[in-house]
Amino acid sequence: MSRIAEKFSELKRARRGGFIPFITAGDPDLATTELLLVELARAGADVIELGVPFSDPVADGEVIQRASERALRNGVTLCDVLDCVARIRPRMATPIVLFSYFNPLLQFGEDNLAREAQRVGIDGVLVTDLIPEEAESWTKKLREYDVDPIFLVAPTTSDARLARIVSQASGFIYAISRAGVTGPRADLSNEAEALTQRIRKVSALPVAVGFGISTNEQVKSVWRFADAAVIGSAIVAEIEKNKSDPNMLGHVGNFVRDLLRPGEDRHS
Amino acid sequence: MARSTINRSEPDEHGHWGEFGGRYVPETLVAPLEELTREFAHARDETDFWSELEQLRRDYCGRPTPLFHAQRLSAHAGGAQIFLKREDLAHTGSHKINNALGQVLLARRMGKRRIIAETGAGQHGVATATVCALFGLRCVVYMGAEDVRRQALNVFRMRSLGAEVMTVNSGTRTLKDAINEALRDWVTNVRDTYYLLGSALGPHPYPLMVREFQSVIGREAREQILAQNGKLPRALVACVGGGSNAIGLFHPFIGDEQVRCIGVEAGGRGEAAGEHAARFHSGLTSGGGRVGVLQGTKSYVLQDRHGQIANTHSISAGLDYAAVGPEHAYLRDAGRAEYICASDAEALEGFSLCTKLEGITPALESSHAILPALRLAKNLSSDDAIIMNLSGRGDKDVQLVADVDLTVEGDESHR
Ligand SMILES: Cc1ncc(COP(=O)(O)O)c(C=O)c1O
Repeated sequence: MSRIAEKFSELKRARRGGFIPFITAGDPDLATTELLLVELARAGADVIELGVPFSDPVADGEVIQRASERALRNGVTLCDVLDCVARIRPRMATPIVLFSYFNPLLQFGEDNLAREAQRVGIDGVLVTDLIPEEAESWTKKLREYDVDPIFLVAPTTSDARLARIVSQASGFIYAISRAGVTGPRADLSNEAEALTQRIRKVSALPVAVGFGISTNEQVKSVWRFADAAVIGSAIVAEIEKNKSDPNMLGHVGNFVRDLLRPGEDRHS
Repeated sequence: MARSTINRSEPDEHGHWGEFGGRYVPETLVAPLEELTREFAHARDETDFWSELEQLRRDYCGRPTPLFHAQRLSAHAGGAQIFLKREDLAHTGSHKINNALGQVLLARRMGKRRIIAETGAGQHGVATATVCALFGLRCVVYMGAEDVRRQALNVFRMRSLGAEVMTVNSGTRTLKDAINEALRDWVTNVRDTYYLLGSALGPHPYPLMVREFQSVIGREAREQILAQNGKLPRALVACVGGGSNAIGLFHPFIGDEQVRCIGVEAGGRGEAAGEHAARFHSGLTSGGGRVGVLQGTKSYVLQDRHGQIANTHSISAGLDYAAVGPEHAYLRDAGRAEYICASDAEALEGFSLCTKLEGITPALESSHAILPALRLAKNLSSDDAIIMNLSGRGDKDVQLVADVDLTVEGDESHR
């Protein structure tokens, strides 16, 4: 069983909602990324999504766009991100999902990437702009190296496509809570719950819901119907806000603990 | 890469020309792209759709546009006869209206009331704002801050037509970033919004659809040259930004294997990365045009070693883009089309030559094709003909050209 699958069965046994933070690698710099990974794991991350910075992040709102720009200004490359995971692995067992746009991976090479991902200890890869129709050889390669191909499904995804997507996915399904780019929204649409139910009908894979989640209440409401909540922009914004504060890690850790503040729901 | 001449160029059902094209988009956009693909396929088979478009082309756009025998440019070259396909005379002043009109009819069929578009030179933005005015639709145009600055006249035109022009300050502040913003808008407002993409770029079905709407250029030109010159031309020459005016001219001639298809990219101001937009001019020192994925499609892309998209430069906003339409990538690898580049300085010289010798002021984009056309003509006999696509008029560029030091001024005095 993959480390991701194990994590989700552990959550299920404990009847606990999962927490999946996202950060951009190299924001504000790679050394800090390593520390942040450890801090996030300590603060309660069940899986961590690690973003590869890209020059043209079409699926991202301004917060993650700026994080990508900061990382690229530091010259961060995919190789650097892989090295960062390799360095952190001995100190951390939390599953890591690489979150990327396709072009940097394509230039690195499918075979290279799958092999390196396995070597450094990356557990899954999610490619924002790679849909199953274009991903066949790609998912095969990842599987060969025991890396989970994670796919997104959206409220606009038809049932026919949904079946096709889940048949190619493993690890978990990432359900996008609403049509749009990444970034906080005041209220969580009820589309996420309907979408999760549609996924449940065709797949036994765990479902993580993301896009626009930024508060403790929203996290709890996601836990009521899905297996995990993904929180990206809200954490990245916290990193941005405190980037020149010597106690940035402490702030981010506290922010996350506050997001996960226990209520009756995390154990329901 | 094996070079064999092909005589047709059709994508598979997922929009792939060989390894190029396809659909590389966030999942949310797949549903609207499928909807658009279906709608386009239906419309394509309906005579009513084409007759409505035909009528608008004639009565609203002033088509067919003339094919003009440019005698003084031909004499200047001293070889083949140069014919200019006068897309500058189409309504709004460029070929962009052909595509905007076709797509707006689709948007209406689909019941979409809000239209978004990106623009570089502003010509596609103006064309889109125009068809939205014609049909009473809301129009939002994204334009990079750098382009807003250098194409101010078109910004004013779009606003007068009732469009909302959104200045894009991210990234390189040019066409690429305008497309990013338009895609973000579409992903967010996917249910009521139609994305009217302006070139033969982006995810399937856009490259195919845009080509179909622009092919009117080549169909007319083919008939016109046969009528005027009694035989097919030796070559076609067109500038290539995303590639819509070029593919529109080339496509109806693809089966005519003896007709060379020559695309002209922006050579900018130098060979180094960031100084040009010549995607087919490969090699790392020149910015590395290699196969990659940008904004929904696989094609040749200017990028660094790590797959980050490179900065580009061109004096013309409409050619200042890091990727090229996927069908061009296919035609080039198949050996059916050739791609060369012209520098900023050569474009300025072409601009000036065409203005002085023919009394036609071309857009700076189109101006890139002029010197290559002259050179080509020079090596052919005077019985031969070549067609150059004059994709747009240059009013929008007059100010910019006036601000540049015109080094070619003196060269023309002997004529
Ligand atoms: C007059 C003119 N020609 C050419 C272009 C380049 O686009 P394409 O390569 O799609 O024809 C533009 C784009 O703005 C334009 O305005």
